[in-house]
Amino acid sequence: MEKTLYTVTVYTENMVGLLNQIAIIFTRRHINIESLTVSKSSIPGIHKFTITVETDKDLMTRVIRQIEKRIDVLKAFFYTDDEVIFQEVALYKIPTDSLLDNPEIETLMRTFNARIVEVNRNFAAIEMSGSAEVIQQLFDELNKYKVLQFVRSGRVAITRSTQERLSDFLAEMEEKRKKSCGK
Amino acid sequence: MRGAEALMCSLREEHVDTIFGYPGGQIITVFDALYSFRDTIRQILTRHEQGAVHAAQGFARVTGEPGVVIVTSGPGATNVITGLADAMLDSTPLVVIAGQVGSSLLGTDAFQETDVVGITLPVTKWSYQVRSAAEIPWAVARAFYIAREGRPGPVVLDITKDAQNDMMEFSYEKCTFIRSYQPYPEPKKSAIQEAAALINNAKRPLALVGQGVILGEAEDELKDFLTKADIPAGATLLGLPAMSMDFPLNKGMLGMHGNVAPNRKTAECDVLIAIGMRFDDRVTGDLKTYARQAKVIHFDIDSSEINKNVKCDVAILADVKTSLPAVTALLKRTRHKEWVNSFKIHEQEELTRVINPEIHPEAGPITMGEVINLVSGNSAGNAVLVTDVGQNQMMACRYFKLKSRRSLVTSGGLGTMGFGLPAAIGAAFGAPERQVCLFVGDGGIQMTIQELGTIMEYNVPVKIIILNNKFLGMVRQWQELFYRERYSSTPMKSPNFPKVAEAYGLPGKKVTRREELESSIKTMFETKGAYLLEVEVEENGMVYPMIPAGSTVENLILGD
Repeated sequence: MEKTLYTVTVYTENMVGLLNQIAIIFTRRHINIESLTVSKSSIPGIHKFTITVETDKDLMTRVIRQIEKRIDVLKAFFYTDDEVIFQEVALYKIPTDSLLDNPEIETLMRTFNARIVEVNRNFAAIEMSGSAEVIQQLFDELNKYKVLQFVRSGRVAITRSTQERLSDFLAEMEEKRKKSCGK
Repeated sequence: MRGAEALMCSLREEHVDTIFGYPGGQIITVFDALYSFRDTIRQILTRHEQGAVHAAQGFARVTGEPGVVIVTSGPGATNVITGLADAMLDSTPLVVIAGQVGSSLLGTDAFQETDVVGITLPVTKWSYQVRSAAEIPWAVARAFYIAREGRPGPVVLDITKDAQNDMMEFSYEKCTFIRSYQPYPEPKKSAIQEAAALINNAKRPLALVGQGVILGEAEDELKDFLTKADIPAGATLLGLPAMSMDFPLNKGMLGMHGNVAPNRKTAECDVLIAIGMRFDDRVTGDLKTYARQAKVIHFDIDSSEINKNVKCDVAILADVKTSLPAVTALLKRTRHKEWVNSFKIHEQEELTRVINPEIHPEAGPITMGEVINLVSGNSAGNAVLVTDVGQNQMMACRYFKLKSRRSLVTSGGLGTMGFGLPAAIGAAFGAPERQVCLFVGDGGIQMTIQELGTIMEYNVPVKIIILNNKFLGMVRQWQELFYRERYSSTPMKSPNFPKVAEAYGLPGKKVTRREELESSIKTMFETKGAYLLEVEVEENGMVYPMIPAGSTVENLILGD
């Protein structure tokens, strides 16, 4: 089966141990997690996991069902790259001397839309957001002037669809809850 | 009140009347509270925590209610892991309560501390650590809801010592809804119509019946469904009691050691209807060739089962109790006379080549099938069959006539040796009015033989039939067939089992000759209470038919 890079988004209740529950589902099927971001979602009390994995569609579908089977998971989705808008953030640390001695770094930063977040006598910290490839490109360019430290985040993603699937789901659940209380 | 008392009050709110357990340092407060409830909640002290969890499984399987286990932290909790994994695979509702060190000690490698939630997550439906007394009623209510509703399964509550000790105000609210968990999905109308259309146009329909029918209490709905469209059916191991043995469309057991006809017909049917079953590899064999010619309809309550192993053309995601009648209503009343009759030739072949030689041998050593057939014939109409794992299990499930509902307790998915004896104890507590017959091998009984102590203490009326072939028989069978008869670690010496029983004050007998077999079985059933009958059976007996693992029905072995 052909492998594709998928972005998985998982919405969960705010409970201890969810990360472990989700991670073991991938581990058990020998799927390597390429990147992982966990944060509060836009809805209070609900957490969002954004995970990228490389696997085939069949296994991806089955894994999503296994994730949703966990009691405290609200909903899980998976997307190909063309279905989502996604970014990663990277930080690069270069010696301040390199920055001063090489004016072409400034040009590089303009081209890549990067910015300096802090500068002192010793180093300058540069920040850029973009795709994994562009982040790598900037690293390769900057490394010509010796990058002291380089770090990148996991992926964050939003869908291209205009429909908010989780909100619809929550509204539907609220209806069900009212019905079950009414009984 | 204290957290521990709140736990007892919560259990009472969930109508718990029996608890299987074993005390220890970090659960002592709970057992202290249990002491005050001993008139309403019966506590069964098993001889090992593994015994407690398997007993709770047996209890749950015959009652349909969650089995409850209380154990201590550390080794108490790790000893129940096998039972949890077993219950997870076989969809058995359990609520396991484990003690835990005080919350200030968590993560310090304190005495008898283990990461119970971490260890149990992969083998439970839900696992949760309770760190405050106030949380206990909420957690218990949620635990029972999750264990019981939808596809049942095991749940663990890991309760810290301070949560057991601290004071709280008790109030109880039953859990009826969790927004992140929909136990009963509603079937899609379109799917029901598509399924009915496929079945109405089928010439050679075949149904595969699983435990989902029993869990959904849909035995009557199943019978109506099969009868209306004249659909022959095979059952999975755990689905066996879903259809009565004399129901004409019941064509027997599916899978590796199942009946010939339903297995062969899987490769001939044009519409395959899976009902509350999960296409386990012991049922399907090689998936690449399995039922490729057929359109597949899959009824299941658990969406993660749909397209997991076998791709289906129509999925009906719902409780079979509601989805089966919905489809039945749209079915045409038909007859598939020729198709149903075509099973007979295979049944006849199996009868003459396998069944008759196994259950009516004319000479030679006693066979397993012979013993099981005689026990079955002498057993009560309400008997519950409990088995251990291996040849004894396959033989018992092939030759014991199940006569009533919820009449089988066996470890299907995990295949846990040592399951039988404690599970039989639990079944006897769950169904005190029924006769409980356990078949177990000489290997399996020795894995949990200490539970004879539990039987002694509580006078548990279990009929234990040990089929002693002096080997770990199922592994021996594979060694004979596939490992050039190199019997590595399968011959086994055993103690004199009736003497062991005698030490526990239990009556028993060892049978070595055919002439005394039936009379000994009768004596066993006439004796009040527990009884241990050891029968020396053929050492190189084989379970046939057999479809080798990962193979296809074409390679079915019928024996010599």
